[in-house]
Amino acid sequence: MAVKMFRQCPDSGLFFHKSAESLMKAHAVLGVVYLLIGGIFGLLVAATRMPTIHLLDAETFYLALSIHGTAILIFWVIFFEMAVLYFAASTLLRCRPATPGIGWIGFILMVLGSLLVMVAFLRGNSSVMFTSYVPMPAEPIFYLGLILFAVGALIGCFIFLGTLVIAKQEKTYDGSIPLVTFGALTAAIIAIFTIASGAIILIPTLLWSVGLISHIDPLVYRTIWWALGHSSQQINVSAHVSIWYAIAAIVFGAKPMSEKVSRTAFLLYILFLQLASAHHLLADPGIGSGWKVFNTSYAMYLAVLASMIHGLTVPGCIEVAQRKKGFNNGLFEWLQKAPWGNPVFSGMFISLIVFGFIGGITGVVMGTEQINLIIHNTIFVPGHFHATVAVGTTLAFMAISYFLIPVLFRRELIWPAACKWQPYIFGAGMLLLILFLLGAGTLGVPRRHWDVNFSDAALQFQFAGTAITMLGIAGLGGILASVGGAMFCLIAVGSLVFGKRLDPGASLLSSFGFPMADSSYTVERPTKLGLAPIEQTGAGGVEAKGTFVLALVFLATFVVYFFINAKYLSSIWPMS
Amino acid sequence: MSIMPPAQKIWWKEPIHGIEIMWIIIALIWCLILFLWMPYWHVYGKQNLSNESYKTSPELFEAKATKMAKAHTVRTESKSNIPVVHPPVGSDVYLLGRMWQWWPILELEKNKTYRLHISSVDWQHGFSLQPTNINLQILPGYEMVVTITPDQAGEFAIVCNEYCGVGHHTMLGKIYVK
Repeated sequence: MAVKMFRQCPDSGLFFHKSAESLMKAHAVLGVVYLLIGGIFGLLVAATRMPTIHLLDAETFYLALSIHGTAILIFWVIFFEMAVLYFAASTLLRCRPATPGIGWIGFILMVLGSLLVMVAFLRGNSSVMFTSYVPMPAEPIFYLGLILFAVGALIGCFIFLGTLVIAKQEKTYDGSIPLVTFGALTAAIIAIFTIASGAIILIPTLLWSVGLISHIDPLVYRTIWWALGHSSQQINVSAHVSIWYAIAAIVFGAKPMSEKVSRTAFLLYILFLQLASAHHLLADPGIGSGWKVFNTSYAMYLAVLASMIHGLTVPGCIEVAQRKKGFNNGLFEWLQKAPWGNPVFSGMFISLIVFGFIGGITGVVMGTEQINLIIHNTIFVPGHFHATVAVGTTLAFMAISYFLIPVLFRRELIWPAACKWQPYIFGAGMLLLILFLLGAGTLGVPRRHWDVNFSDAALQFQFAGTAITMLGIAGLGGILASVGGAMFCLIAVGSLVFGKRLDPGASLLSSFGFPMADSSYTVERPTKLGLAPIEQTGAGGVEAKGTFVLALVFLATFVVYFFINAKYLSSIWPMS
Repeated sequence: MSIMPPAQKIWWKEPIHGIEIMWIIIALIWCLILFLWMPYWHVYGKQNLSNESYKTSPELFEAKATKMAKAHTVRTESKSNIPVVHPPVGSDVYLLGRMWQWWPILELEKNKTYRLHISSVDWQHGFSLQPTNINLQILPGYEMVVTITPDQAGEFAIVCNEYCGVGHHTMLGKIYVK
């Protein structure tokens, strides 16, 4: 008798393979653990940068900031992304995962690596921030931990690719892979490039830290490190855009407006993002303007174009689906009548708007060669990446978690009222934080700085009162966002432990990566995944007029904000 | 459905919405403008980062800065007697970053042009001139040369905005413009 390894979720119809399911759960749970750790240290950072509270002493502040950045930007997002990769390949394609045993080795390496990095931080001699710029040294176990983590993640990427090959060979689906899997594939390809860059620079840096190499050039370090540091954020973008499409499909049954456009946009990410990490080097010596201008833009900003396309097609596909359901009045009835009380949707939509309107626009503006002069290393930069990573990526991951807890973990969500409000509380707190960090940064306030009043300094300087007030408000935003983040962690962990079992086999252990009871797995081989039904859209079909108007508003904001900053640039000292 | 294979086996054959085409054209034009603005500003804008920089060593750069300070110091300031240097108009001016100070204090003349050389002798630092708000990355081993023309009189602070260790937040420098 063949072993039954699959179960079909009765609520969503999705098929889960026993081994892939366990890997998904383990990675997602570890991700949330690091979100919690990173979030706690984020709260400490926010409370210290509020001039009125100024909570931690300097040394602890820099340590807390190093942990906050690394735990969130690397550990939380990449652990969760690994879960997304297993989901996009095994679950969406109804396929067994390639080499699940090696998948566990990858997972263990990631856990071990991340623990080594945390130990290095907590020992106090490695407060080198997420960027660990040489020649500021960290302990060898810091670099070693990052390398082990990266190798583990690399294994996850190759298992994803292997699973795609198996699905093709065993004909588990018809036609081409779904758009969401396609997006996850771009994330995996970018991840492989990113991790390779990380290895190229971190291995020599590890050797330098133990004394085997005498010197690492700081500019070479920065150039290669940013192919890791920024490209890794591009994994996030590909992953969370895929999740936006997935949520549009799950909540609204939306199909992409057109497969060709959305997929080409994902391809543009692969082709035009990588070296574009050059925008981190715009204020550096030793690199010419020609190189900087070309490598940030490739003359056409095609990666920006790709995000602008997704920015239209994701809400566009929701609008088309809603209009077909009859919400066809005016420009925005489709949006008004959307399920705003469902955190899966509200989280995703807030993520989309804040990522595009704030994260996207500020990113391009400060990535313009000359405008970077008024922004480089100011607190504007954290303002930007909280819009992209904390709202764009993190809130999208939170939103899909509200779907995955019942479907993947087979536990009912506890505390429904909190679930409903959590995306709004987290989003509002982050929005406050982001807007006022951008404001303070525009006034020149530095990032990664314990005391902008310079009370211990030999010389004196006072920032404008407005800048200090803005830091205070940003801190309040950070505290509110922490409340939202804590609510998410409580809901997630609480549901896994205390949530009503939707499957009798969903034991406590199964919430943390062990398989459910054998009786839960009743399917030997899922039916072949068929093509999506043909629908009449495009020419002559339903159009997304409301989304187009939103897109034009976005463009107007972009243009105005860009030229305001160009004007500001023209007011600083002439230099050449 | 985005979580199912496309209706057409070859996804390239799926139809495109009219508004998608329109948006792609509009967005591409804006992206081209964004790119063209950068070369445009190199020609017509007055705020561009120079392409001039040299490999150096901490010892070499420190020697140059000390030599300049010896020749042109006009007074000293603060408890640690930091020299205030008034270099000749148009000359090569050296500013050294180290844990945790910008050395020396400079005194420049308004609307006059100087060749400002900046480097670090230890870790990476961030040159952030406030409140005019000019921000540069300073690396050890690299000497950045910026031709600047202060066009506002007053007292300006150089904040360090690249994290450089536990005293980072005390790292301040000063430029007077008269």
